[in-house]
Amino acid sequence: MGWHGKILRINLTDGTIKTEPLNMDWAQKYLGQRGLATKYLVEEINPKVDPLSPENKMIMATGPLTGTAASTGGRYSVITKGALTNAIACSNSGGYFGAELKFAGWDMIIFEGKSPKPVYLTVFDDKVELHDAADIWGKSVWDADEYIKKRHQDPMMHISAIGVAGENQVLYSCIVNDLHRAAGRSGVGAVMGSKNLKAVALRGTKGVKVKDGMRFLKATAAGKKVLQENAVTGQGLPSFGTQVLMNVINEAGAMPTRNHRQVQFEGAHDISAEAMVEPRKTDGHPNLLTNQACFGCTIACGRISKIDENHFSIQNKPQYMHASGGLEYEAAWALGCNTGVDDLEALTMVNFVCNEQGLDPISFGATVSAAMELYDLGLITKETTGGIDLKFGSAEALVKCVELTGKAEGFGKELGLGSLRLCQKYGRPELSMSVKGQEFPAYDSRGIQGMGLTYATSNRGACHLRSYTVSSEILGIPEKTDPLVTDGKPALVKAFQDATAAVDSSGLCVFTTFAWTLNDIAPQIDAACEGEWTPERLLEMGERIWNMERVFNNKAGFTAKDDNLPPRLTSEPAESGPAKGLVNGLEKMLPEYYELRGWTAEGVPTNETLSRLDIA
Amino acid sequence: MQKALVIDAGKCTGCKQCEMACSYVKEGEFNVAKSRIRVFDFHTEARFVPYTCTQCAEAWCQQACPVNAITTNADGTKIVHENLCVGCKVCTIACPFGTVNYNASTGKVIKCDLCLGSPACAEACPTGAITFQDTEQAGFDKMKVWASQAANAATHEGANVPTAKG
Repeated sequence: MGWHGKILRINLTDGTIKTEPLNMDWAQKYLGQRGLATKYLVEEINPKVDPLSPENKMIMATGPLTGTAASTGGRYSVITKGALTNAIACSNSGGYFGAELKFAGWDMIIFEGKSPKPVYLTVFDDKVELHDAADIWGKSVWDADEYIKKRHQDPMMHISAIGVAGENQVLYSCIVNDLHRAAGRSGVGAVMGSKNLKAVALRGTKGVKVKDGMRFLKATAAGKKVLQENAVTGQGLPSFGTQVLMNVINEAGAMPTRNHRQVQFEGAHDISAEAMVEPRKTDGHPNLLTNQACFGCTIACGRISKIDENHFSIQNKPQYMHASGGLEYEAAWALGCNTGVDDLEALTMVNFVCNEQGLDPISFGATVSAAMELYDLGLITKETTGGIDLKFGSAEALVKCVELTGKAEGFGKELGLGSLRLCQKYGRPELSMSVKGQEFPAYDSRGIQGMGLTYATSNRGACHLRSYTVSSEILGIPEKTDPLVTDGKPALVKAFQDATAAVDSSGLCVFTTFAWTLNDIAPQIDAACEGEWTPERLLEMGERIWNMERVFNNKAGFTAKDDNLPPRLTSEPAESGPAKGLVNGLEKMLPEYYELRGWTAEGVPTNETLSRLDIA
Repeated sequence: MQKALVIDAGKCTGCKQCEMACSYVKEGEFNVAKSRIRVFDFHTEARFVPYTCTQCAEAWCQQACPVNAITTNADGTKIVHENLCVGCKVCTIACPFGTVNYNASTGKVIKCDLCLGSPACAEACPTGAITFQDTEQAGFDKMKVWASQAANAATHEGANVPTAKG
């Protein structure tokens, strides 16, 4: 229960559609979603495969709690080998798509091969069909969504699609569902594009059952109460979204600014959550209209914004004049602080385009900021940019860049490479603020030391969602640690990594962990699923998943050398704020981390570790 | 006292916990397609609106039913009796609001019956967008808001207008 025990396997090369039972032995070891789909992937593909070749596979996977009344129980993930990173990729999304996949009766869909022509998939319960996508290839996510609902006369469908960015295999393109939720990172959209798969449209009328209904309702009700009474999940996130962090992180001196040249942004307040709810000087309306929940979520951190109709960025562009998914913290930072742009309306517009065309705003913003630094240094010129005056702080330049990148036109083609390949092209790879080819998110690791180790060791390249030690180091959750020291951080990072891998495999949202620990989560899983699910078992499972991902990456060619940070973070001290004078102390943390993990000094899991965790 | 579901769409976040609670109570599984209450997403207007049967006093569904399968209980709730319903769907045509619907897996129609006095949707709603209130006072919260605005206008508009406070 929780699981349906059924998966769909779609071979895009020959158009065959097969159903098969879910491997329930694996489900007991890897639960669902991230863990279970990664197990399928590592069993089925060669780790050295080119991520954009037909030999790569792409899995859309739910967890056992997806589509249940558990708060936030609506998540799904896309698991594949990442186009941006060449490493294991697992990108998680909310909205309603994941729950609808469960309601259609499926735990996951495995896509294999490459379609000879563009297609999209519809799943209406047991009726599963591939359709010609000629009419929507070249169209945006939003247009594809509208077209499919009209063509099938079903406005209640939930759809995941790629935009033109994914079709053109922009290396950080994402897969967008429900118009503005996204499996965002590592270039999963490019993988979907490489398979000539435009969209997946779902409609389900089946139910999700749980093992012990009364106990499940009790456990989920208790969980909801904890979320409601917690200051972050009960007040901060619903009122302000993740943007509640903008001023907090800036004051902590951990706000990467202008491609990480500085750690505090003078314009942070103007693009913060507080600014989003203030009436604009221009038209008297606030940027933020309302918050929105994903399926089953009692937190509701999503932002719905409307841009000032007179703003320069949307003139003669009616598609951006209505309400849509607004800025969350990562996007506001990447598009704003990191490029030096403090124009809230422009950032909202760029965020809309990222949703419309299927771009990861983190990697896009960070790539533009790297390009701005190259421009500042004279390494690229107006000739390269096609006339764009790519200065830090230019909202006009940012807006032009997003339109070109989404459509993969002109200088947008170069921006679509991501910051590492772009900086390599112009002879300065060290200016790419990335790990394993994936750009940093919104926390400077000089001001939050644990995040340096988090980024360096993240299995999907630089990422905050693999071990969000910001919780402990800045917010004091579950207990406060000093953000400026490295002591104790290897154990902290390991604990967060393992627990997060478990949460990502359940169908729940990692944002619940501002309030929940595994002690809150385990009873919900235990009441829904066969087997006995304790916090200890979940934590061990998380460790198993982490090591399985690591083994895949090692086989793909990654070594300890890739557990690294750009020299800026380890040799250029922070210029201001609490971390003034500090660099990240990665070299102090990494050996201890390997030891705690049971890995060799070369970062390879030992045979003892693998057999202790029962990894074949 | 009759009680009714009072829906304040402004408070709805679109989380669908109401649909989950309804389908669990009625179908024994989480299945929004079988929920008697549905949340509609007006995306471009940033509005989410829960909607279900309002239990009309003179219910057209009930009057249209050729086999008298819809009855009124002491609270005024209109209840479909599955053992009598023949699945003719005439009630789904008669209902002006679309809140009576056919369930293909049972061959009967389904509609909200207020869980016979303690609606699970209202219980599950995390934001207070759905509440279960005395029918005769259901509008009082809205009246209070308008009353407050009227009082403000009166205080601000005319210094020469006498107020209760003098």
